[in-house]
This record gives sequence, structure tokens and C-alpha cells, in this order.
Amino acid sequence: MSTEQAVLDGLEIDNPVMPYLRKDRIPHIWCPGCGIGTTVNCFARALGESGLDLDKVAVVSGIGCTGRVAGYMNLDSFHTTHGRPIPFATGLKLANPELKVVVYSGDGDLFAIGGNHFFHAARRNMDLMVVCINNHTYGMTGGQLAPTTPMGATQTTMPYGNFEQPFNLPFIADACGAVYVARWTVYHVKQITRAMKEGLSKRGFAFIEIISPCPTLYSRRNRLGDGVDMVKYYKEKSVIKNGANTKEVDLSFQGEITVGKFVDRERTTWLDGMNDHFSKVFGSKFKKYGVHHVED
Amino acid sequence: MSDDAPSKKAKGTVFVRKEICKGCSYCIDFCPPHCLAFSDDYNAKGYHYPVLSPAEDCTGCDLCGLYCPDFAIFGVKYEDIEKLRQDAATPVRVSA
Repeated sequence: MSTEQAVLDGLEIDNPVMPYLRKDRIPHIWCPGCGIGTTVNCFARALGESGLDLDKVAVVSGIGCTGRVAGYMNLDSFHTTHGRPIPFATGLKLANPELKVVVYSGDGDLFAIGGNHFFHAARRNMDLMVVCINNHTYGMTGGQLAPTTPMGATQTTMPYGNFEQPFNLPFIADACGAVYVARWTVYHVKQITRAMKEGLSKRGFAFIEIISPCPTLYSRRNRLGDGVDMVKYYKEKSVIKNGANTKEVDLSFQGEITVGKFVDRERTTWLDGMNDHFSKVFGSKFKKYGVHHVED
Repeated sequence: MSDDAPSKKAKGTVFVRKEICKGCSYCIDFCPPHCLAFSDDYNAKGYHYPVLSPAEDCTGCDLCGLYCPDFAIFGVKYEDIEKLRQDAATPVRVSA
């Protein structure tokens, strides 16, 4: 079969995720064994199951391997400068409050160069869904030390092993005030799909961390085998603890991975807070912004 | 598409776009009934792609389709194909 569709006695059967992808850009550039494609697969299925109008969904990505996602989704999408997907998405959401804006980017983009933007968007409770693919390294630039690299792992800029304390991403998101925080690995495809569906329907700042293998740089430098060997390690060493204290979900080098939905709470979003505040201050003179969306 | 003739026992089958497969073996290692294996053949890029073996164990659960990072494989249940066949007047896409 060399076409995109299987033809079976005159029946056309297509891969269910194909309508959500830009077919002309497939095959993608990700390495064999990279988990980013699997997360995109889950995202496409979550979009299908969420029943959202695809004209009202936008994907924003930064720079890096995961930053390529915006180019492969058949949605309104934007590939921003390094570290700035969250400010761009914030502007997009405020200019058009009807949109559901998804930020899909990597750990280096969201937490190294873009860290400050993440903190403030979570603090304000902007109505965004942020998906962070954590592969513990800077994949596109050659495997340098990232702020998420576990202690003891070898990187091109840490040839004798890393001695820096890495970020605990769910704890940061929780502490900054995100209303939905979950962590899954590429092994947990059904759970990722469900978490993304929940994140898409959640009002407020939803954060999903997905741990993904980088077979070309992280696994090769640390002699951890292929992409599929890393996914088998996730299968063996991950422990599902829904509602776990995010303080205790640190990652260690080849150690136990705590996964699950850690936080699910309600908090006033930035737009609702602004409308409420100015309605109090100015009374009926103030026209609520994006109000048809708020009342939906 | 699997070249094996569907046996009476098989509940489903898989479709593979072998030219975009990168041989990562996610589908093979995480297939619940363990019914996928690497082909002896190569695709144009030099990767071994997955084939059904044994084909009669496939349930068409589409977990391979959910795992595939390259969108190269998906599974379909025969009962879904039957439903499509009954509604074959218009080309229909299988939904997840």
C-alpha cells in the first residue's frame, strides 16, 4: 500500500489521525524512537474526542524538536521565537477569547529561556493548555545540559555527569497556581489522551508534562539504548499516584517516575478576574470583554 | 495492508504505510496480543517495517495506531469494516 488510504474492496479507510495533520509534511523530521510523534498522535485523538470546533483551536510552539508540532498540525498554528510561545498564546487568547489556545513545546523552550513567561501565565491563570514534552535535554542543538537533566546524567556540556539540581516541573506549575497539573510518560498513551481531553475542556492554566525519550542524544550519551528501551523503562519504573503532593515528584536518573493527575482545582481566570474587577469599579459603564465566551 | 488472507479467527487487522515507517518498534513491543513482528524486507529508507505475525491474533484494537510516532500504522476491527461496507455508498473514514 503506497497511498495514504487503504483500499479494501472499494472501501476507503484512513488513519483516524490523518485529518488532524498536514499530510504533505509527513514523514516528519523526528528521529526513529522519538516519542514526540506519539504525543502528537494522542493530541490528535484528544482533539477528535473533545468535539471542539477545529477552527477555534490554535497551536503555538516555540523552538526545538517539540516546536515542530505547530507545523504538523492541521490547525491554525504559529511557530514563535525561542521561549516565547506563552506570551504569544496569551496575546492570541486575549485578542480572540473564543479560541482555545494550546502551547505545545519542549522543556528547554518553556522552562529554560521561557521560564519567566511560564511562571507569570500560571500566576495569572491565563486560559491556556500547556503541553511540555520533557526529554531531559536540548535535542535540536546537540544534547546540551537542560534545566530538566537529572543529576548524574551525562550531556555534551557535562561530560562527567550533571551535578546541578533539575527543575521539578509539576511542582513549579502547582506553586505558580496552575489549575490542572498532570505528568505522564510516552508509555501512557491512553492517559495522555484523557489528560489532554481534560486540559482542553478546563478553563484556566492547564499544564501537562510528558516524559519522552531522546534516543539520539540523551539515551546515546548515557548508554540507555534505543527509544523503545526508554519507553520500557518508563513502563517498569513509573508509579501512578493521582493527587500526589507535587513536592515529592522529583525525577532522578533512571529512578522511579511518579505519574498521574496531581492538581485539578478551580480558580478565577485572568479574563474573568478583569471583567469582575472593572465591573465593580466602573459599574455599568464597563462592557465586559469576551463575555459571550465567559457565559458559555 | 497485511498481505495475509484474513483467517476466520482474527477479529481485526492492521494497515501499514511502510514507506513512512522508521522501524522504532513501539508497535511491536507494546502490541497487547504480541501479533506484530519486523518484516524481513526493507522500505525505501532502509528500515524494517512491522507485519502481522501471526495475523489471526490481531484484535484490531488500534493500540499500535495510538503508539506509532510516525502515523504509519493503524488497526481496524473487522466489525467496523463490516459496518462501513453496509454504508459503502459514500466513502467513510473510520473514527477512533
